[in-house]
Amino acid sequence: MKNSWLIVSVGITLVIGLFLLDLSLGSVKISVSELINILQGTPSKKSWEYIILNFRLPKAFTAVLTGAGISVAGLQMQTLFRNPLAGPSVLGISHGASLGVAVFVLSSTAMFGTVLNLQEKMGSWGLVMFAIGGSFLVLSCVLIASSRVSDSVTILIIGIMFGFITGAVVNILQFFSDPELIQNFLVWTFGSLSGVAWSQLQVMGPIVLIALLASLLFSKQMNALLLGENYATGVGINVARTRLKLIMVTSIMAGTITAFTGPIAFIGVAVPHLARLLFRTSNHKILIPGTMMCGIIIMLACDIVSQLPGSQTTLPVNSITALFGAPVILTILLKNKKMKGAF
Amino acid sequence: MGNNTTHLTIPILRTSGLTIGYRSKKGLLELEKELDIKIHNGEVVCLIGPNGCGKSTLMRTIAGLQPPLSGETFISDTDVKQIKPHQYARLISLVLTDKIDAGSLKVMDILSIGRYPYTNYFAELKAKDYAIIDKALSSVHLSEYKDRFFNELSDGEKQRVLIAKALAQDTPLIMLDEPTAHLDLPNRVEIMNILKRLAKETNKAILLSTHELDLALQTADTIWLMNRDDQMKHGTPEDLVLNGMFEQVFKSNAFHFDRLTGAFKVDHHTKGEISLIGTGIESTWTQRALEREGYKVLHQPVCETKICIIDGTWQLAIKDQTITCDSIGHLLSELRIVNSEDSSIN
Repeated sequence: MKNSWLIVSVGITLVIGLFLLDLSLGSVKISVSELINILQGTPSKKSWEYIILNFRLPKAFTAVLTGAGISVAGLQMQTLFRNPLAGPSVLGISHGASLGVAVFVLSSTAMFGTVLNLQEKMGSWGLVMFAIGGSFLVLSCVLIASSRVSDSVTILIIGIMFGFITGAVVNILQFFSDPELIQNFLVWTFGSLSGVAWSQLQVMGPIVLIALLASLLFSKQMNALLLGENYATGVGINVARTRLKLIMVTSIMAGTITAFTGPIAFIGVAVPHLARLLFRTSNHKILIPGTMMCGIIIMLACDIVSQLPGSQTTLPVNSITALFGAPVILTILLKNKKMKGAF
Repeated sequence: MGNNTTHLTIPILRTSGLTIGYRSKKGLLELEKELDIKIHNGEVVCLIGPNGCGKSTLMRTIAGLQPPLSGETFISDTDVKQIKPHQYARLISLVLTDKIDAGSLKVMDILSIGRYPYTNYFAELKAKDYAIIDKALSSVHLSEYKDRFFNELSDGEKQRVLIAKALAQDTPLIMLDEPTAHLDLPNRVEIMNILKRLAKETNKAILLSTHELDLALQTADTIWLMNRDDQMKHGTPEDLVLNGMFEQVFKSNAFHFDRLTGAFKVDHHTKGEISLIGTGIESTWTQRALEREGYKVLHQPVCETKICIIDGTWQLAIKDQTITCDSIGHLLSELRIVNSEDSSIN
């Protein structure tokens, strides 16, 4: 336990440090003392204040919400499927969200002629609703299909198949759409934290925060699910209801984030493993907050790296998370020699 | 049948006209019909039967993991349909054959899950819960194992942890599905001993399915004998041996059930008869070795081939010669030489 407190205090220091670093680094380097001035409302340069308040602050908050939310969604899916390789980008959420977003963004020409432009009429709430709807739909399909098999590799293949199906539908939608709209959609698929403005954060922030709080309430049921559905039923857990609640929270949380940032690869799969490695436990009471903390740290770090400190270029954050996440998963697989027992 | 007339108390578990099986598109698959069975406090019941006869289905049905086709189950005289899932978990605890894969789960985590029917929404453990967990671990001799990782334990230790989990759940009935499968003999005996002792000390009822006939005969107060095509038999183990039920259920051309020793014997009388003269433990084990070789052993000196055990040596009298052997192994190899000579002449 003493060890855990050490990890937590180091973690919190890292979160604060990286958050400030994320604000300070970019195409223009702004020192930490200047940052404090700006946050107190006494900036020495008006343009800097504008950059910090309108670009870097919302982007840093987005990184925090995304890191925590996507990672916890990954943890919930790994427990739900009892599969160490489950995660939003593997089993349906990203595919479902992209289907929803594709319908939403491309709808003006694809399905309804030029008459209806959902994007203009409904704004960011509409985008979120479509992404959540798509995530929930695909995740439920994957779960129903996977309840008929117990082998974890088969479940992954089922997830990949559903990915192909949604991918095909998205392609067909693109085929009938305006090139301009397709470009909007393609930019979204690269994944980006900087596209989220304050107005969108007002939608994303409360939804993700509420979903994160709700996920903390599931630690008891999730621990019981670790022993398998029969044991969980045996200690009085209503497995069907728990499953439904978990799918709902997961698809709302990950669907909302994905709607705004685009699919963020590998964070959802890799970060829960990192948290298990650090805290050496499967107990969700510790693991859920631990995963949030690790997720925030990793996401902030990935964002800092993606700006290539000292240069004007910004890389897609999706590539950075993949460069971090894939090796983590490889290490875990090679260390455990087999997939089972890795969670 | 059965010995249940002596019990005057209310049974912890009772079924009435219980029919178990599966409902599918093709129709009903009834594995057992109209079961009327009881378990009392402090009783160890072993469920025995060949593979595929429906042992697991019966266990799952009683545990509430799958619905019966018809009939009622009562726990302490309450119909289970009126018992809510979280109350059910305070009456029956399970030890299943399901694999637990979670790698960083500690023994303490699993025992805490056993307390879930009693803890609040956040699964907070109180002093009383810790005391119960400690007691459960010490009764399976794993007090020092609290902080060990479950996946790093041996199969026998894992099974004991799961029994401790069931104990921590503190239910009047514990059900175990093949708790001795995949274990070596010392561990199998230890698990059965633990269960027997727990039933007597805590007055809990224990229902377990097993393929270990020998251990079941020595441990169970009551045996439920399931069959693929006949109604389930139940009764005291010794009664089921005497009235031939065991033989009937496990009848086969390859072996027979020896009522005298309560063990199964493989039938292979192919090499003819042999006389064995001798007494004591040497005689017993010589007989076993000869039977294994395929001889039918007679204890009168009537056969062509005779063996006399004298002062720890074996005198093999065959045709007109006598060979002295200093061990059973030596004796068997001499017999094999004689046999091969015979077959080469023929």
